[in-house]
Amino acid sequence: MISFSISKVLHTVQGKALLDVMCDIQPGELVGLYGASGAGKTTILRMLAGLLLPDNGRISVGGDTWLDTTAGTNVAPQKRSAGFVFQDYALFPNMTVKGNLAYALQKGQPPAIVDELMDIMELRQLSGRYPETLSGGQKQRVALARALVRQPKLLLLDEPLSALDNELRYRLQGHILQAHKRYGLTTILVSHDVPELFRMAGRILVLEQGKIVKHGTPPEVFFNELAGGAFQLVGDVVDVNTESKLVAVLVYGNVVKVKVAETEQYKQGDKVLVYSDTFAIKKMA
Amino acid sequence: MTDYQPFLITFRLALITTAILFIVAIPLAYWLAHSRSKFKSVIETLVSMPLVLPPSVLGFYFLIAFGPSHGLGQFIEHYFNTRLVFSFGGLVVASVIYSLPFMVHPIQAGLAGLSPNLKDASLSLGKSKTDTLLKVLLPSIKPSLLTGLVLTFAHTVGEFGVVLMIGGNIPGQTRVASIAIYDEVEAMNYHSANIYAGILFAVTFIILLTVYFVNHRYAITKNL
Repeated sequence: MISFSISKVLHTVQGKALLDVMCDIQPGELVGLYGASGAGKTTILRMLAGLLLPDNGRISVGGDTWLDTTAGTNVAPQKRSAGFVFQDYALFPNMTVKGNLAYALQKGQPPAIVDELMDIMELRQLSGRYPETLSGGQKQRVALARALVRQPKLLLLDEPLSALDNELRYRLQGHILQAHKRYGLTTILVSHDVPELFRMAGRILVLEQGKIVKHGTPPEVFFNELAGGAFQLVGDVVDVNTESKLVAVLVYGNVVKVKVAETEQYKQGDKVLVYSDTFAIKKMA
Repeated sequence: MTDYQPFLITFRLALITTAILFIVAIPLAYWLAHSRSKFKSVIETLVSMPLVLPPSVLGFYFLIAFGPSHGLGQFIEHYFNTRLVFSFGGLVVASVIYSLPFMVHPIQAGLAGLSPNLKDASLSLGKSKTDTLLKVLLPSIKPSLLTGLVLTFAHTVGEFGVVLMIGGNIPGQTRVASIAIYDEVEAMNYHSANIYAGILFAVTFIILLTVYFVNHRYAITKNL
């Protein structure tokens, strides 16, 4: 089990803010970390990876103590078994795709894992290419593969898909899920994309101004009362027509128009659940 | 008959200075690029001083400091059995300090321009800070390293004031090309001065041209 309780005073544009979070994560869980920018999501990942020192706190991973400020324990990032995928991918520009993965090998580690990950992430064709010649989705796959070479206990993903278009995003979510299951990882995914969290995360922590204000399964977190219904889709409001009382919702690249009683409560950018209690079917000609 | 010895001294001085500075400047530039220490501004100022200070001022202080009648000069003479004023060794020490910003600034700018995540990614992959610097950060700023090397070399070749103050004009020891030109002009020996000046001009031009050429090509291949 991974459990942490960490706090740090952050110096933000709005002045000082206290980040203070605690959480227990079961092995094999994929936990989503959701919140507005500046809420401290990346900071939490960086503290878990040992790249940033909390003011106070304790982090233990599967019985190993990574951090205990009262006992003066602080395991260096190199010694923490954590894979980190950065938002800008942070691929080493001077190395090829294969070079980036091979660099991550630990002393004495058999190099077979590099080829295995190249296959899983479909990187074979790109083996000799340099990062600046890759597309966003390709870079993301290299970054993910590189983070897995070390076979970490904990995988930290900092908005890894935020720069990609929907279709690519969907495919890469599949890659992440596949790796998560195959290697029995415990994963923390930072994301502000609700549909993505619905698809991927078993549990979600909602971070607001440095505190976890809500946690639970995606439906528990995002909808106060679960809408009863045979099917549910999460989408973004893209247009509200007050005259025709139609709300246009973008659901995975498709726009769905929904008739509502009152349009006032909806505005562009809102996250909504599109659901239906009953289906009608019609015989095709 | 033109005496080419001043060129040999000049290029030897430039090579040694560049080599020493390359080793000294990398850790210094790394610290300046990443440190949040309050002393950073002071160190940055000291590194940049040779850019604005007249060479004669620097040369004057070296002369005083390294002279046998003062503490540092006495210390060096006593323990290292060498005298830094009016000697080639003194020229090297003075050149290293005088050309410091030309090596530190490009490397510092190069390192500061890299995403901080590169370093963090390498650390989180279990690599030491030294490995990270040597295998990731420095290879990622090759154009900056080249610029630093070449500017330092060219700047040392062009040194005059500092060399004259601390090295004097001893043929075969401290008489570098720039001083030889001055000497020949003073002796109304324009033909020799012309040859010296022409060679320095051509060498400096070729060196700088090579840098710009290589860096442009690097930029082009990078954007493929």
